[in-house]
Amino acid sequence: MSGDGQGTPHWFDDEAGPVVRPYAMTRGRTTSPGQHRLDLIALVVAERYAEDPEADNSLSPEHVDIVGLCRDAPQSVAELAAGLDLPIGVVRVLIGDLVEDELVRVTRPVPPAELPDESILRDVISGLRAL
Amino acid sequence: MILGRTERGKAPVEPVTLKILVAGGFGVGKTTLVGAVSEIKPLRTEELLTEAGRPVDDTSGVEGKRTTTVAMDFGRITLREDLVLYLFGTPGQDRFWFLWDELATGALGAVVLADTRRLEDCFAAVDYFERRAIPFVVGVNCFEGASRYPAEDVRQALDLDPAVPVVLCDARDRESVKEVLVEVVQHAMAYAGGPRRTLTG
Repeated sequence: MSGDGQGTPHWFDDEAGPVVRPYAMTRGRTTSPGQHRLDLIALVVAERYAEDPEADNSLSPEHVDIVGLCRDAPQSVAELAAGLDLPIGVVRVLIGDLVEDELVRVTRPVPPAELPDESILRDVISGLRAL
Repeated sequence: MILGRTERGKAPVEPVTLKILVAGGFGVGKTTLVGAVSEIKPLRTEELLTEAGRPVDDTSGVEGKRTTTVAMDFGRITLREDLVLYLFGTPGQDRFWFLWDELATGALGAVVLADTRRLEDCFAAVDYFERRAIPFVVGVNCFEGASRYPAEDVRQALDLDPAVPVVLCDARDRESVKEVLVEVVQHAMAYAGGPRRTLTG
């Protein structure tokens, strides 16, 4: 599932810092314009016609990985970051690019300061009890 | 947001996602608690912090000190196909409070895990949630070898509002953690139902 085929042993340690500076993947951008800050539990859904993102030369391998991960099931921003082993800030920018390209879309979680429906909370309680 | 999605074909289910935060001092068992109920091995996300305000190209010679990595462990519980609960362990160090703000936004509620041997470690978390009026439950993690105190003693020691539930729990035990989480949701419901209380009790 993870796209990194690097089997080489790490001769450097964490002190060395990242070998590729993470924001190099975003070409130095730390925010994506026109995009609200993505919540960690916002879900990223691959668009149905995003079948072959590899064919798009403007996309980086990380972009392609994100679309790939989202294709089977929607993925939260947090899960994508963990799955790709990239900082959240980087993943946010990459997702912003994909939204712009209409390859994925993002569902908004329940708006802040607004608790979900009481019925949803009841479902959560019964769901937890049934675990 | 893009609305022009075609509806043909198999559209994946888009669940409602909710989050509960798990806070507390370092080594109190936050990740253990998350792992006890999560359907996935707790995952780790990292946020790189750059020293804000510095010019971007000012990297000469100090690369090693430019960024700090803050790790957040999280787990997932699929309650229903269309209802997914995420548990986020908050970064332990106090200097990352600003990351908490992001985590806390839209959170259903929180668990503050406490260790009676180091109760002061959770003061900061209690204070944080009180100030932001985020419903929270104090879970007293009953470590082996630690003396047991009645929940009421812990409440007094933490000077908690009488409405805040205090539960004794075992962060390793799935059933115990489930109860704590149910308590959080129930408390959140009660909290939302009643008038938002002011900070002065």
